[in-house]
Amino acid sequence: MGDISTMTLNMGPQHPSTHGVLRVILELDGEVVVKATPDIGYLHRGLEKLAESKTYHQCIPLTDRLDYVAGMSNNLAYVLAVEKLLGLEVPPRAQAIRVLLCELQRIASHLFWLGTHAHDIGAMTPLFYALRERDEILFLFERVCGSRLTPSFFRVGGLAQDLPEGFEEKCREFTLSFPAHVDEYETLLTQNEIWMRRTRGVGSISAEEAINQGLSGPILRASNVNWDLRKAFPYSGYEKYEFFVPTGKKGDVYDRYLVRLMEMRQSNEIVRQALDRIPGGPVIVQDPKFVYPPKDRVQQSIEALIHQFHLASSGFPVPSGEVYAGIESPKGELGFYLVSDGSNKPWRFRVRPPSFFNLSSLSTLVQGRLVADVVAIIGSIDIVLAEIDR
Amino acid sequence: MGIETQLGNNVLTTSLEKLVNWARRSSLWPAGFGLACCALEMIVAAAARYDLARFGMEVFRPSPRQADLMIVAGTVTKKMLPAVVRIYEQMPEPKWVIAMGACASTGGIFDTYATVQGIDQYLPVDVYIPGCPPRPEALIYGILKLHEKIGKEKLVER
Amino acid sequence: MDLDSIVNRVKGSFPGSLLQASVSRGEIMLHLRSEDILPVCRFLHNDSQLAFDYLVDLFGVDFHPRDPRFQVVYHLRSLKTKERLWLKVSLPAQAPRVASLTPVWKAADWLEREAFDMFGITFEGHPDLRRILLPPDWQGYPLRKDYPLRG
Repeated sequence: MGDISTMTLNMGPQHPSTHGVLRVILELDGEVVVKATPDIGYLHRGLEKLAESKTYHQCIPLTDRLDYVAGMSNNLAYVLAVEKLLGLEVPPRAQAIRVLLCELQRIASHLFWLGTHAHDIGAMTPLFYALRERDEILFLFERVCGSRLTPSFFRVGGLAQDLPEGFEEKCREFTLSFPAHVDEYETLLTQNEIWMRRTRGVGSISAEEAINQGLSGPILRASNVNWDLRKAFPYSGYEKYEFFVPTGKKGDVYDRYLVRLMEMRQSNEIVRQALDRIPGGPVIVQDPKFVYPPKDRVQQSIEALIHQFHLASSGFPVPSGEVYAGIESPKGELGFYLVSDGSNKPWRFRVRPPSFFNLSSLSTLVQGRLVADVVAIIGSIDIVLAEIDR
Repeated sequence: MGIETQLGNNVLTTSLEKLVNWARRSSLWPAGFGLACCALEMIVAAAARYDLARFGMEVFRPSPRQADLMIVAGTVTKKMLPAVVRIYEQMPEPKWVIAMGACASTGGIFDTYATVQGIDQYLPVDVYIPGCPPRPEALIYGILKLHEKIGKEKLVER
Repeated sequence: MDLDSIVNRVKGSFPGSLLQASVSRGEIMLHLRSEDILPVCRFLHNDSQLAFDYLVDLFGVDFHPRDPRFQVVYHLRSLKTKERLWLKVSLPAQAPRVASLTPVWKAADWLEREAFDMFGITFEGHPDLRRILLPPDWQGYPLRKDYPLRG
């Protein structure tokens, strides 16, 4: 056949469509991708090592900065792991609020994905619409914990504090208006000729390959694998809510888009159910070994002050052992392994990042496709580099 | 006195310096350089609610050769550093740098083996915006401060 | 599936490979001889009843100054039966090496590169064992306990 020489093209690490500092080395035969090798590590900040020198509570803000598009989910996975290690029982009100906030976070994460993914493919309008709704959710988060992006709201044993007044009303308003907005995005994209030509049949992966590669989340479900940790190993009271888990058929970019849109609608349903059912009661486990005393007592009683000081400066010791807690974050299965040596700092803090596995399938997904499809495929995997690189 | 009285209200006079500075600061084009979490707030600042287009900045140029502002938004790691410096060198003069967020300013909470403790160790930074991440309003405030700074620049120095 | 049935199946096919078996907080953990990890994993993957088709995670732990110093932990899951299993192998401080699991699960590819990058554990038979998160010319293995935080 003769000598076919390929051209090597470097994509990134500074590139508008790689969603972060990702470098992909493409070997091209004309416009067709012969081989694609992702090169990661450009955001490796040494987070796992840093966590080994922090107390268990001090690690919570570190987890925010992992999947920065979905801060609440990271917090939840981490505190679930610590609570498992300690054997704590989280009060039902805290569990319900955790579900509420994590589902709102799922909607926010998918909205951001929708805006940037569509923008990469050339549809610029959905970005502005999606960010408009996402800002509404971030305002809700700001009411609750003071921060839009990095909440650090969950604590070992429950929440940092209760929901503020007026939150439930505003949240309900949001859930009532949200389905109409999803309809708007669908009118822009779902039956759009150009969108379908760019996404149908592009970047598909079979169910067996997806399982063998360790994929999780919407990308696995789009390949017709019905696996969602909220249903398989329910946590934080998810078994009490009624929702279905959408799956795709062909596992291409279009199916992943549809799966995430439906997940947004289902999350809205869960938020509505959670709002109707939040029980009363405490928002954190009533155990002074792990929980700060109420602030007004700290200002009046010396014992409470000493207690607060002790917890804030040196944390609490955790029995030795190891544990894994995984949740269904918007990107896939996010898990934390903690190995404890009985002290107040984790011995090993391992993050199981869904985007790490999802991205490793990139070379399979883009094989034989055109360069323009690479951008669509990277967008459809929905990666966050901070989680991949830690 | 002088020529202004002859011209009436039809002509504006100014110095060349003021004109050039006004032109430069009114359409600063940023090079899209989001590294980590701060990039999200930067994108939101460019979106509909906190519109950066009001300041002439909605075009985030993908190529540094067409940009005059680099907003370093996020943590700079040692692996990424050569790329950051190279992109800075590829930008034509006049150029400015904003260090957005705690990580770009000083390394932030990541005082580890892999993180550069502040991009100002390698690049000349004009404005630092603290926050983790700074709100979009904080970014806009920082940009306005940069506009003030540009307004005071002398042509001959550049 | 309970501890005894999985222990019997592994012992039946691989006598001598199982060093220790325990249950901790609802998770079954098997401590294996490091030479046997690849055949045992192949068996666990291919067996139609056990069907551990999903590698959830693979990572290293450094127990310095304890001996054996390193441990590689494998977390397996079966999407069909919803069973979960942890496997562990212990490796010495000098030249830690263990077989690569890339022939069984493709997910092991990048995970083993990361364990090599962070701990210096060599995975024999890996198609492309090089650093993944740090620059290629980096010296040292950061997640080892004797590596300082600030480098």
